[in-house]
Amino acid sequence: MKLRRSSDYLNFLYMSRPVRFNVHPIKADIKDNISLSDMPEGHTGEGFFATSMNSVVGLARKNSLWPLPFATSCCGIEFMATMASHYDLARFGAERLGFSPRQCDLLMVMGTIAKKMGPILKQVYLQMAEPRWVMAVGACAASGGIFDCYSVLQGIDQVIPVDVYVPGCPPRPEAILDGFMRIQDLVGAESLRRRNGEQYKELMQSYGIQ
Amino acid sequence: MDLTNETIKERLTGKFGDQLSQFEEPYGMLTFEAPAALNLKVMQFLFDDTELRFQFLTDLCAVHYPDQQGKELAVVYHLHNLADNVRIRMKIFVPVEKPDVFTATQLYSSANWMERETYDFYGVNFIGHPNLIRILNVDEMEYFPMRKEFPLEDQTRIDKDDAMFGRGGSGN
Repeated sequence: MKLRRSSDYLNFLYMSRPVRFNVHPIKADIKDNISLSDMPEGHTGEGFFATSMNSVVGLARKNSLWPLPFATSCCGIEFMATMASHYDLARFGAERLGFSPRQCDLLMVMGTIAKKMGPILKQVYLQMAEPRWVMAVGACAASGGIFDCYSVLQGIDQVIPVDVYVPGCPPRPEAILDGFMRIQDLVGAESLRRRNGEQYKELMQSYGIQ
Repeated sequence: MDLTNETIKERLTGKFGDQLSQFEEPYGMLTFEAPAALNLKVMQFLFDDTELRFQFLTDLCAVHYPDQQGKELAVVYHLHNLADNVRIRMKIFVPVEKPDVFTATQLYSSANWMERETYDFYGVNFIGHPNLIRILNVDEMEYFPMRKEFPLEDQTRIDKDDAMFGRGGSGN
């Protein structure tokens, strides 16, 4: 093929590319497109807004969760996709993954937990400060999954209390996001007194946690 | 001069006579059976002999044959002559009620962890082992999981929440 004019050359360039990315890029619409959380219920008037402490704290907590990933296998790979730009867990206020249990408030257990790892998982949970939440991602963390055998813990709820179970083997990033939003619902609706209540203490006692 | 399977077999039978049995060559690898009490003597001979020089223990494992009365547990040693690159396999059999085997740790250092693993999964009692405790499984485990007396799905297990799987349990 012989190219005579520059327009020929341009035509050739366009035709030879089956997928033409960024030829006519669409400008991102950032005007009035910023995600805001809804205001909690309350009384508002000129220059003031009154609401309950519960809902303000809940609002702040649920939109700034710090997840601690405890990833042991393939569900951890899905979680990496969830954190990456395409699914972007940061949109939900979980921008910051903490790799220290002391700083985090959401323990995300992703993958098979062997019986020998049970005490370690429990130790990580104990090192987290209250209030703390736990999400069991995937069939293995929730129930042992396909590993019905002598070495695998049959669900992490045998060692630590779990708030949300995400089914799937492994769950898609959408499912993990859905589980995260359920956690947000729990966090936002939680009473400030829950962690001091008798019921919560009983729950901790049943796991041998003081 | 190459070290052939025939040479090894001749030297072994010359030393131990008919105490060694079941000589086979599956896939060209010399395999034989020794009495459990003789395992160290045979291995010492294979180690020290200037021609044989089997001075490396590649693998040590056990097999459970529940149907063989009196010789349920087999302990299999894979030995390697690194100089001539020749491998052989030695098997000994012990009853599951009294699975006592002399340890090979004095001869091969690599036997240490492999014997612990074999003890962990099959309960073979290696006499003279310096530290015969579980290596892979949880310390609280009360059985030897690779023995075939344990069904794959034991309905009496309490660590499994069967209600989640719709196959009995507390739910129905």
